[in-house]
Amino acid sequence: MRKNGRSDRAALLALACVVVGLILANRYLDDYKIRIINLSGIYVTLGLSMNLINGFTGMFSLGHAGFMAIGAYTVGILTMPVQMKEMNFFLQPIVPFLANVEWGFLPALLAAGLVAAVLGIIIGAPVLRLTDDYLAIATLGFAEIIRVVFTNTQSLTNGALGLKGIPNYTNTWWSWGVAFVTIWFVSFLIRGSYGKAFMAIREDEVAARAMGINLFKHKVMSFAFGSFFAGVAGGLLASLLGTIDPNMFRITLTFNILLIVVLGGLGRITGTVISAVIVTVMMEALRFLDESINLGFVEIKGVPGMRMVIFSIILILMVIVGREGFLKRLKGRETSYAEN
Amino acid sequence: MGNLSMFLQHLTNGISLGSLYALIAIGYTMVYGILRLINFAHGDIFMLGVYLTYFGILYTSIPWWLVFVIAPAITGIIGLFLEKVCYKPLRDSPRITILISAIGASFLLQNLGIVLFGGRPRAFPVPRVLNHVVKVRGVSINVITFIIPVVTILLLVGLTYFITKTKTGMAMRALSRDYETASLMGIDINKIISITFFMGSLLAAVGGIMWGARYPQLMPLMGMMPGLKSFIAAVVGGIGNIAGAVAGGFILGLGEIMLVALLPRLTGYRDAFAFVVLIIILLVKPSGLMGQRETEKV
Amino acid sequence: MRLAMLRIENLTMKFGGVVACSRFNAEVKKGQIVGLIGPNGAGKTTVFNVVTGVYRPSEGQIFFEPREGERHQLVGLSPDRIAKLGVCRTFQNIRLFGQLSVLDNVFIGNHLRLKSNVFSTVFRLPHYTTEEKEIYEKSMYLLEKIGLQDMKDEKAYSLPYGMQRRLEMARALATDPQLLLLDEPAAGMNPQETQELIQFIQEIKDEFNLTIFLIEHHMEVIMEISERIYVLDHGVLIAEGSPSEVQRNEKVIEAYLGVG
Repeated sequence: MRKNGRSDRAALLALACVVVGLILANRYLDDYKIRIINLSGIYVTLGLSMNLINGFTGMFSLGHAGFMAIGAYTVGILTMPVQMKEMNFFLQPIVPFLANVEWGFLPALLAAGLVAAVLGIIIGAPVLRLTDDYLAIATLGFAEIIRVVFTNTQSLTNGALGLKGIPNYTNTWWSWGVAFVTIWFVSFLIRGSYGKAFMAIREDEVAARAMGINLFKHKVMSFAFGSFFAGVAGGLLASLLGTIDPNMFRITLTFNILLIVVLGGLGRITGTVISAVIVTVMMEALRFLDESINLGFVEIKGVPGMRMVIFSIILILMVIVGREGFLKRLKGRETSYAEN
Repeated sequence: MGNLSMFLQHLTNGISLGSLYALIAIGYTMVYGILRLINFAHGDIFMLGVYLTYFGILYTSIPWWLVFVIAPAITGIIGLFLEKVCYKPLRDSPRITILISAIGASFLLQNLGIVLFGGRPRAFPVPRVLNHVVKVRGVSINVITFIIPVVTILLLVGLTYFITKTKTGMAMRALSRDYETASLMGIDINKIISITFFMGSLLAAVGGIMWGARYPQLMPLMGMMPGLKSFIAAVVGGIGNIAGAVAGGFILGLGEIMLVALLPRLTGYRDAFAFVVLIIILLVKPSGLMGQRETEKV
Repeated sequence: MRLAMLRIENLTMKFGGVVACSRFNAEVKKGQIVGLIGPNGAGKTTVFNVVTGVYRPSEGQIFFEPREGERHQLVGLSPDRIAKLGVCRTFQNIRLFGQLSVLDNVFIGNHLRLKSNVFSTVFRLPHYTTEEKEIYEKSMYLLEKIGLQDMKDEKAYSLPYGMQRRLEMARALATDPQLLLLDEPAAGMNPQETQELIQFIQEIKDEFNLTIFLIEHHMEVIMEISERIYVLDHGVLIAEGSPSEVQRNEKVIEAYLGVG
């Protein structure tokens, strides 16, 4: 157990560095860079929550965008001032029981997580017994259903118009505070008996059941935790951007998180944190590929879509080149697709 | 217009949409049958097929009917290359790995589409022969709505012949029944897989051309929804089973059109319909309507 | 009369048209070591899979009676429920949690007896840390028993074959079973290892008060430690009795010579 003590100290040191870093950043950096720092924190939470489901428990879920949407809308609706709601919902008034609520950020974030987790359990429970690709397509389907429903429930979500004027509570302390809570939660979960049971399921479902592990209960648990943090992250994102609409939560969003998880390593905590930051920064740094920049004397023409082309290539290269490396750990226990 | 003619109109619409789903679903089901892989990029291959036709008609002097043959062939070759680059190196890797690669490939094609073709929607140049409305007993129907099911049936007959009567087709079936044994029997797996990808992509492109003629708006992301829905069609019919994929395609196409026609209030939920069907089928009969249950060996 | 801890009645298991096991009856009494033998493909592992809930039998009943007056019908229960009742197993084709450490493999065996809930494990509440310490000590004790205490941080898949077999047994023991099903524990072992294994099985049986049902191909193992033996051939019970009775049984000799 000495090993745990050492990694605890390392974690504390990292925490201290980040705190100092954030103080300095908030003092010296401009809004744009602060925003990137915020996004990084949010993506850390997202990456870890997906890695808990996909990397540690071995379920291949692609429903993250849906849970984020639930969280984002929960925070948006709960924190938005009453007049702002009236302005937003001009096509159809908002349902009465939500019209006059105006919550603080923390309770709203917790509610976002809880609503996402509860919905995660309700929709996850029936499909979690599916394996790999079936689960992937079913969860992807759920995310799409959530998006379609949100586009149509005018009096609840304001439909395709989305929500504008969500109060900007998210700052670096919130985004990174939540990120650290997530890191801490996932690490302690994984260190404990339940987390080990999750990994046992990933390694061998038949053996895990023979050892008395209730697959359904543990899978639902992992899925619920994952969707809780995805919901919270969605809430943070809504409050950071101030504007949300259903089309933000397309599968592209899930793709970005998947990229982070694959880059960081399935079942790796530190790797996920680092890759979340790298991917977020790169997404912004490579934005010039998509947009034209006017340097005053010359205009560089960007090509929309180029950025995602590069990220797609990175993802494919990661799995093809990395198949001997980090994914080797998976080899042997999982049936390869050709042999099955 | 009477109730009956209204119904007939919806029926023909449903059948033509169902035929398109069926054509795309065959590609999913053939690849899944052999490789146990959801080729996430299949919907984007479909999109490439439409764009290739678009450029072929507008920017070359090749007659449109020849473009309708060449473009699917090129699309087939692109599909074959996709497998070589993105899937073949991972053939012995865990399934999650190759699934991730497939998702990556799908995004790559979509965004390449945006880079090369621009994000702006384009109008598909539908040849006039295919694009005029006929009136049959008060029901006005676009010719293309008739052509789609006919072409689909012809292709299905050809495909069935190929699968059951030719040597390559039989090798394909052997591979999908028992990969290991078949590979020991001296079947050239790489060749068969390439042919599978070629044919699946070709059919998707043909589906794409007819899709373009029916719904003439082209966008780089246009393959995503039809792709997902066709995959669902394949699952509904029993993945790995070609007849099942066709049945699933018709069920989804007809269901979707009828939902909108009979319950107009639910029009906004049209895209959710397929996913609801998917989830019900997975819960009730995960092997699909015509699929066979696989038992896990312990 | 000793208590019949496991009673299999009229068990039939069909896979499509293939009958893996037909009208099989068997009884394992408390404290016994009972062997199940038969040529390859005789349906032995199928019996284990049905008893542990991996498959649901086409017909038949399975009763598990860990103590007087407490009788459970195992048919229809899920594998994890059956494990919780006190029936645990090893696998013919070793199924360890390969990427996890040796210690974690045994640790996970304890999970089904865990009293703390998930939140007390994450927040490391005192009653969990106490429980975790007990589990750790128990796991280390089991690892010492199989001589793997120094390898506790190695990944399970990196162990040599024989050690993996022992680790699987330790993991099963961690679930506190009453009845232990061992599926070919001596497979791939040399004579010396086999002798050690026989000793080890006797030892754990006495120490943990176990009842053991085992499948084995090594005849010397079966004959030396079983009180009673069942012989399956093509899914049908062809003989049962004490080792000496079975050894003399002509049908058994024929079945083995027939394939050998």
